[in-house]
Amino acid sequence: MTSTASTASAGSPRGAASTAESAAQGAGTASEFLLSASGLYKTYGSTAALDGADFAIRPGEIVAVMGPSGSGKSTLLHCLAGIVPVDAGTVTYAGRDLGAMNDAQRSALRRADFGFVFQFGQLVPELTCLENAALPLRLAGVGRKEAEARAGGWLERLEVGDVRRKRPGEVSGGQGQRIAVARALAAGPRVLFADEPTGALDSLNGERVMQLLTEAARETKAAVVLVTHESRVAAYSDREIVVRDGRARSMAGAL
Amino acid sequence: MSISHTLLALLEESGPRHGYDLKRSFDERFGHDRPLHYGQVYSTMSRLLKNGLVEVDGIEAGGGPERKRYAITDAGITDVADWLSRPEKPEPYLQSTLYTKVVLALLTGRDAGEQLDTQRAEHLRLMRELTRRKQGGDLADQLICDHALFHLEADLRWLELTAARLDKLATEVRK
Repeated sequence: MTSTASTASAGSPRGAASTAESAAQGAGTASEFLLSASGLYKTYGSTAALDGADFAIRPGEIVAVMGPSGSGKSTLLHCLAGIVPVDAGTVTYAGRDLGAMNDAQRSALRRADFGFVFQFGQLVPELTCLENAALPLRLAGVGRKEAEARAGGWLERLEVGDVRRKRPGEVSGGQGQRIAVARALAAGPRVLFADEPTGALDSLNGERVMQLLTEAARETKAAVVLVTHESRVAAYSDREIVVRDGRARSMAGAL
Repeated sequence: MSISHTLLALLEESGPRHGYDLKRSFDERFGHDRPLHYGQVYSTMSRLLKNGLVEVDGIEAGGGPERKRYAITDAGITDVADWLSRPEKPEPYLQSTLYTKVVLALLTGRDAGEQLDTQRAEHLRLMRELTRRKQGGDLADQLICDHALFHLEADLRWLELTAARLDKLATEVRK
């Protein structure tokens, strides 16, 4: 996104030149990355949530974004997905600058190419689990019958096909999160953004959700930006970056 | 792990067996990356025999050396029961190489934060390896990998906490 605001409390934006220097991209050239960010700054009031963060992910790659609470990792995810505008810096997806798009274009991009899983499934309580999973397809204009057939396949795949007619309030936390994963994958996203996807689950359910999520992502070749503070969850990724004080860096030996 | 107790318990479960069969059984269930050496098995069985916990049930003569078949004794069964019912002493983890290295890095003016990051990456590398192995393994593999993963996770939490306290630690160790 284009720099539009001063970031006095966060220091001076470094600009696009920092891309090549970025330690958070993994080894590789800019052209091989599906989604990349350079010199991101984001402040909330006088607090710098992002202070020159860089990031890059290849198609089909799973990257864990780690760091202590309040380090800026969720803000980074929201900026990468175009949900939150940055104060300075650039986010590039498939060669397109998100900052150069208007809101409608970014929304269309999120619906078509991105999938989301949050800590608490954020399912629509009035809809059945099947209707929830089919929602992104319906929003993309797919007819009800086909959308529900495809979504139903994902529910089966995530081992929650038997609760398809129930509403979110009638299923367990683990089941709800699997439905959220099915919903995120149903429309065939190229990037899946997962923010603490197992944060509300016990160890056993969390493990299973991660196993199913990463298997499905690898099979569909979706890139996954996985925000987590749990190392056992991060161990499902291909590499990790650590965000501290709003700055992201790759770990030695993890590239 | 007490190899002698493990072999003894396996012998109780299976009935009379040769040392080679016990080694194979041990390796299948508990050996994982560290199978037993034959010499280790035979020296252990000799000691158990000397202590009256096993007895020789038969000897087979073949082309090679004689093969003894061992059976557990009543004393051996009691010994296994005692061992299984006794809780293992928890590791105190008070002599930590990780902690020592952090302190020495601070004392010698080196970058302790960098050191912690490098260690974190190494821990996560192993955790990835174990996670892959767990995903392709049976329940026994999953449990043994989970045991290792939870310990590595504990280390990582400590690394994270220490990274957050480095400035304070630096002040204290340089007093």
